[in-house]
Amino acid sequence: MDWSLLVPEYILAGWAAMVVSLDLFWGRLRKEQLAYVAAAGALTATLVSLIWVNDSASFGNLLQVDNYTTFFRVFFGLIAFVICLASAQYVKDRLLHPGEYYALILLTVIGGTYMAAAKELLTAYISLELLSFSLYVLTSYAKFDLKSNEAGLKYMLLGAFSSAIFLYGMSLVYGVTKTTSFAGIASALSGDTSGIAFALMLGIVLMIAGLGFKVAAVPFHMWTPDAYEGAPLPITAFISAISKAAGFALFLKLFGQALLPMADDWRWIIAGLSAATMILGNLVAIQQHNIKRLLAYSSIGQAGFMLMGIAALTPHGPSDPASALLLYLVGYVITNLAAFVCVIVYYNQTGKDEIADFGGLAERAPFLALCLTIALFSLAGMPLFAGFATKFILFQTAAQQDLLWLSSIAVFMSFVSLYYYLGIIKQMYLVEPTEKARLPVPRMEYAVVAVLIVGVLLVGLYPQPLFNGVENATSALFQITQAAAAASAGL
Amino acid sequence: MDSGWLLFATIAVPLTTALIIMAIPSTYKQQVRWVATAAGFTMFVLSVIFFVLYNYKEGGLQFDLRLPWLENVAFLGKDGITLHLAVDGISVPLVLLTGIVIFCGCLISWNIKYRNKDFFILLMLLVSGVFGVFQAADLFFLFFFYELAVLPMYLLIGVWGSSTDFGTYVRTNGYGAMKLTLYLVAGSALVFIGILATFVEAGRGTFDLPVLGQVTYSETFQKTFYPFFMLGFGVLAGLWPFHTWSPDGHVAAPTAVSMLHAGVLMKLGAYGIIRVGMSLFPEGAEFWAPALLVLGTTGALYGAISAMAQRDLKYVVGYSSVSHMGYVLMGLATLNPIGVNGAVLQMFAHGVMTALFFAMVGAIYDQARVREIWTFGGLSQRMPRFVAFFAIAGLSSLGLPGLAGFIAEFNIFAGLFKTYPVFGALGILTAAITAVYILRLLAAAFFGPLNEKWAHLKEMRLLEQVAGAILIVFIVFMGVWPAPFVDRIAQSVLALPGIG
Repeated sequence: MDWSLLVPEYILAGWAAMVVSLDLFWGRLRKEQLAYVAAAGALTATLVSLIWVNDSASFGNLLQVDNYTTFFRVFFGLIAFVICLASAQYVKDRLLHPGEYYALILLTVIGGTYMAAAKELLTAYISLELLSFSLYVLTSYAKFDLKSNEAGLKYMLLGAFSSAIFLYGMSLVYGVTKTTSFAGIASALSGDTSGIAFALMLGIVLMIAGLGFKVAAVPFHMWTPDAYEGAPLPITAFISAISKAAGFALFLKLFGQALLPMADDWRWIIAGLSAATMILGNLVAIQQHNIKRLLAYSSIGQAGFMLMGIAALTPHGPSDPASALLLYLVGYVITNLAAFVCVIVYYNQTGKDEIADFGGLAERAPFLALCLTIALFSLAGMPLFAGFATKFILFQTAAQQDLLWLSSIAVFMSFVSLYYYLGIIKQMYLVEPTEKARLPVPRMEYAVVAVLIVGVLLVGLYPQPLFNGVENATSALFQITQAAAAASAGL
Repeated sequence: MDSGWLLFATIAVPLTTALIIMAIPSTYKQQVRWVATAAGFTMFVLSVIFFVLYNYKEGGLQFDLRLPWLENVAFLGKDGITLHLAVDGISVPLVLLTGIVIFCGCLISWNIKYRNKDFFILLMLLVSGVFGVFQAADLFFLFFFYELAVLPMYLLIGVWGSSTDFGTYVRTNGYGAMKLTLYLVAGSALVFIGILATFVEAGRGTFDLPVLGQVTYSETFQKTFYPFFMLGFGVLAGLWPFHTWSPDGHVAAPTAVSMLHAGVLMKLGAYGIIRVGMSLFPEGAEFWAPALLVLGTTGALYGAISAMAQRDLKYVVGYSSVSHMGYVLMGLATLNPIGVNGAVLQMFAHGVMTALFFAMVGAIYDQARVREIWTFGGLSQRMPRFVAFFAIAGLSSLGLPGLAGFIAEFNIFAGLFKTYPVFGALGILTAAITAVYILRLLAAAFFGPLNEKWAHLKEMRLLEQVAGAILIVFIVFMGVWPAPFVDRIAQSVLALPGIG
C-alpha cells in the first residue's frame, strides 16, 4: 500500500491537531489568527493534492486517487479555506473554543474527500460519518444558543437515522452481490439480476434515501431549514456547500460506478425525487422571511436541479450528465458561498438575519448589496453569472436523455426562484434604510467576496477551462465502470 | 471577415462603458453623463455604419464573426456553442433602431441625479443585451442576451421609476417592476424549453442557427414546439392576453428605460418569433398563424380601446404600444412577403415613434409632476416645440402619410387583405380608433385656451429637443424614403422558409 497517497489528509489531520494545541497552549494568539492558520492548512492540503493531477493510483482496495478525487480534494480544500476566512470575525465575536471549531472544519474536508475517493461501500460509509459528525458538532457550536442546540440535536438524530437506513441499504446490496467494492458490484450487476431484483431494488432505494438526506432531497429534507437557521452562520454556509457537494460526490460514485448497470431501474426514482425536490424547495422558499431559512429552501431546490444529473445517467451513455452535474455543483457552491459571506458580513455588524432587515442595504453598503444581488441573480440562473451557463448545460443534458419533462419543470422552478430572490433584492434596493449609517466591509471579507464574485463571473462567461477539468474528473469515474463492464463481458 | 469585430464592438462598447462607469466615483455625476453619452453616440454611429454597409443586393447574414465558447465537450459537437454574430436584412434596421434609441436615451437621462452612476451601468447592460439578441446567430447566445436584456429591468424600474396614483389605489413602481420581470422571465422559460427540445430534436450538437435552420423537423414536432417560441417571445412582444405587464411596466419606468423598453425591447419578442420560430419551424408557423392573427388583432383593438379610456398620458402611450405591437404580430401572421415586411417596418417605425412619445411624456412630467391629460390645456402656448414633437409622434402613430407609421401600416394591411380581408378591415378600424384617441389627447392637453395653472411651464430642455429631433429625423426619413429599409428587409424576408 502506498501510504504517500494520503499526504493531503495527513496534512489536514495534523493541521487540525496543531490548531487545537495552538488554541490550548498559546493563549496570547489572537482568536482570529487561528482562522488564518486553519485557512493556510486547507490551502496547503489543496496545493499538495495537485501532485496527483492526471495520476491514478489505488490505496489498497479502499481508496482511489485519480482525477475525480483530486478534483474534490481541491474543491473541498478551497471551500474550507473560504469558510475559515469567513468565520474569523464571527467566531471571535460569538463563539467559544475556536481551536476545535477550525479543527472540525478541517476534519470535515477529510470526510468529504474520502467520500469521493472511496472504492467500496464501507469506506464510503465511514467517510460519510466523519463528515456528518463533524457537521453535527459544528451545528450545535453556539453552546448558549437554544436554536443552535436544537438544530444540532435534530440534525444528529435525523442524520443517525438516515445513516442507519443507508447502512441497511448497503447491507442488502452486499448480500446480493457478495462484495462491497464498487467495481465488483458493477460487474455483478452487469449480468442477469432478475432473480434478485427485489432485494436489490430495496437496497438501492434505501441507499437513495440515505444519500437523499445528505443532499437535502425531498422528502428527506426536514432537517435542512432548522439546521440552517440554528447553526452558526459560517457553518450554515459550510453545510450548504460541503454536505451537498460531498453528498453528490458519493452519489455520483455510487450510482455512476457501482449501480450504473441498473440505471434503467433507478433513474425514474431519482427523476421523481428530483421533481419533488425542486418543486417543494422552490415553492416553500417563497414563504420564508428569514434569510437563512430562505437559503435553506433554495438549497433544497438547487439539490433538485442537481439530482437531474444523476437521473440522466445511462448505462452505456456518455459521461455528460456527470460532468454537467459537477459543473453545476461548482457554480452553485461558489455562488452560494458568495451569498453567504455577504450575509455573514452583514450579520457580524448588525446581528440581524431577517429579510426585512436588509432594507436599504444598497445605501448603507453598496458593495455588499451589489455582490449579494449578483449571487442571487446567479442562483436564479441569470446570464453573465455562473447560474445561467451551468443551468443551461445541466438542463440540456437532462433533455438529451429523454428527460425533457424534468427539464421543463426545472426551467419553471428556476423562474419561481427568481421571484423570491427578487424579494431580497427588492429589500436592498427599493426600500429606504431605517438607519443611515454606512456599514463598513472589513478588508479581508471584501477580498473574499470579490474573489468569489469574480469566480461567479468567470464560470458564467467562460466555463470552458472549468468544463475541461470537470470532464477529466468524470472520465476517471467512468473509466473504471467501463473497465468493469469489459471485464465482465470478457468472462 | 474582419468587419465582424464591428458587431462585437456594439456589444463590447456598452459592457466596457459599464465597467468604466463603475470605476468613476459616484460623486462625479457630470463625468458619468459624458462617458455614457459618448458610448451612446459610439453605438449610434456603429449602428448607422452597419445599416449603410449592409449589402442588400447580396442579402443573407453578413459581418460574420465566430468565437468558440464551449466545444468538444459532452453533448456538444465541434461548433457546440459559438459566439456567432451576424446580421441580416431584418436585424440591421433593428440594430439601427437600438443605436438611435440608446443615444437619445442617454441624452434624455442627463437630468437623473439620484445615483446616476448605477443607472447608467444598468442601462448599458440592458443595451448590450439588446444588441446581442439582434446580432446573435447562435441560439444559446440569443437566449443569453435575451435574458441579459431582462435582468437590469427590475432595478431600473424599481429604483428610478415612478408610481401612479389612481385615487382609490396606487400602482407603485415596485409593482410595475416585479410584474414586468415575472412576465418576461415566464415567457423566457417557455423559450428555454423550446430551445432544449429543438437542440435534442436537431441532434447536430450545435446551437448555431444557420445549422439548425437546415434541419427538417417533423411536422408534429414543429406544431408542438412552435407555440413555445410564439408565446414565449410573444410575451415580450406584448401578445394579448399576456400584455398587461407592458402598460404598468412602461409607465412605472424612468423615461429612458420606457423609451428603450417600448421602443426596442418589445421588438426583441417579435424578432425572436421571426428568427427562431418562423425560421426553424415554417410548418408550425403556418399551423399556428390563425391563432397568432386572432391574438394580434385582439391586442391591437384592445390596446387601442384601452388607450381611449386612459386619463394618464403615459398609460395612453403604454396601451398604444400594445396596440401597435398587435399590428406587428398581425403582419407576422400573414406569412406573405408584404405582410411580414410590414411587420418588420412597423417594428422600426413604432420603435422610433414610441421612443419619441415616451421622451416627450418624460419632458412634461419632469416639469409638471403630473401626467393627467384633462388637467392640462393649451400647453402649445407655453411649449410650442414640445407640442410639435408630440404631435409628430402622434401623427406617425395614427398612420399619417409621409411619416414612418404610414409605410409600415400600409404594408401590413396590404398583406392582411391578401390573405385575411376581414382582419385587414379590423386593422383599419384600429387605426381609426388610434386617430380618435391621439387627436382627442392633442386637443385636450395641448391646444385650446391655456390652463393658468400651467403658466409657469417652460420649453423642454435642449438635450430633450436634440433627442426628439434625432428621432423625428428618422420618422420623416422612413416616411418619405422607405426604400433603404424595404430593400434590406424584403431581401431577408423572402429568404425565410415558408414565406410566399
